Amino acid sequence: MKYVDEFRDATIAQKLINRIQRFKFNRKVRFMEVCGSHTVAIYKSGMRNLLPDIDLISGPGCPVCVTSALDIDRTIQLTRMPDTILATFGDMIRVPGSSSSLQNEISQGAEVKVVYSSYDALKIAEDNPGKRVVFLAVGFETTSPTIAAAILQAEKKGLENFSILSYHKLIPPAMKALLTGEQVHIDGFICPGHVSVIIGSKPYEFIPQQYHLPAAITGFEPVDILHALFMMMAQIKENRPAVEIPYSRAVKPEGNPMAIQRLYEVFEPSEAKWRGLGVIADSGLKLRRRFQKYDATQYYDLSVAESSDPPGCECGSILKGLKKPSECPLFASVCNPSRPIGPCMVSSEGSCAAAYKYG
Amino acid sequence: MCIGVPCQIVRIHDQMATIEIGGTQREVCLDLLIDESETRVGDFVIIHAGFAIQRINAQEAEETLQLLKEMME
Ligand code: SF4
Repeated sequence: MKYVDEFRDATIAQKLINRIQRFKFNRKVRFMEVCGSHTVAIYKSGMRNLLPDIDLISGPGCPVCVTSALDIDRTIQLTRMPDTILATFGDMIRVPGSSSSLQNEISQGAEVKVVYSSYDALKIAEDNPGKRVVFLAVGFETTSPTIAAAILQAEKKGLENFSILSYHKLIPPAMKALLTGEQVHIDGFICPGHVSVIIGSKPYEFIPQQYHLPAAITGFEPVDILHALFMMMAQIKENRPAVEIPYSRAVKPEGNPMAIQRLYEVFEPSEAKWRGLGVIADSGLKLRRRFQKYDATQYYDLSVAESSDPPGCECGSILKGLKKPSECPLFASVCNPSRPIGPCMVSSEGSCAAAYKYG
Repeated sequence: MCIGVPCQIVRIHDQMATIEIGGTQREVCLDLLIDESETRVGDFVIIHAGFAIQRINAQEAEETLQLLKEMME
């Protein structure tokens, strides 16, 4: 496969590993990745075992996992309303809320439709004029422009029965929160490849500028990730932190201006609650005033009494990089992909699922 | 949600493109590409949730590989 096989080349990978191993810092260097696809790629490659001097930890990069129990509970509440269809990406179906999941609600008769894209949800709205179709809008900057495009389409088509629950998250504010929180030591960030396709490299500049730490935006093949690690080790060695882009075949410094323009035409930053990280200012997205009628919360009372994470589940600590999946007492024994307890095991991009499958 | 590998465009029609992934074909929307008018059959694109979000820059890919090879000599 073009643009894949070349970046899986075993000879280049081995040489990169050798070069990385030549850096010596008298301590383990710790890099965090904040992208579910990187988490999976790193586990799958087995590169952790080949790099004894580097500690690779996962952060809040799985969009399903970072969605709070409260937002799941609100979504479940919505599916219990009359004449309502919830449209969602498939990954959200099995995520447990405080006492139920969408899957559970479906078995009780809730109308939930799994879609592949936001435009599919528009189609459902067009086909069901007598019902309200609500799209569960989760995801990072890679996904939110696709939702913005759907809102603009809905406006163009005069679609009155379409709305969204905007639970989007923005990645750079979460990275910043981890650095300011100082709970976890981080020596550098592997920045998410496809979030960066949209936002470019500028939003990460605070990492070298304010925290004097390296960052590299990279792709998902072993050579991409090793290339990023090599660059960050060199930055540390030469004391010149920067945001580098080894994934330049897909990421431009300015990102995708068309997608950014659509995104911020429709949405503006707002406070958001993350699983594990809590409430972070300007880390979510809400609809701008002009698009208020597409905000599902205008039509439904979604107050829920009290929300709680699954008992014993360590997802919160795992998303902050404080724990590894194997440090959760429920890992593998009680919690596994066929009987997942927490979202990090439900989502295929979650750390626990990746550790179970490839660990 | 995320497809990590670039997909090749086999057909373009209106604002949509047919792409091939692992032997199956899928429809994706081109609304988020700034230079969508320059997108051609045969191009590789990054796909996310039913949208093409970027075209792969062949020259950049070549340069990265070249750089890696030189660096490793
Ligand atoms: S193993 Fe299961 S219970 Fe433990 S943190 Fe992961 S998802 Fe939660």
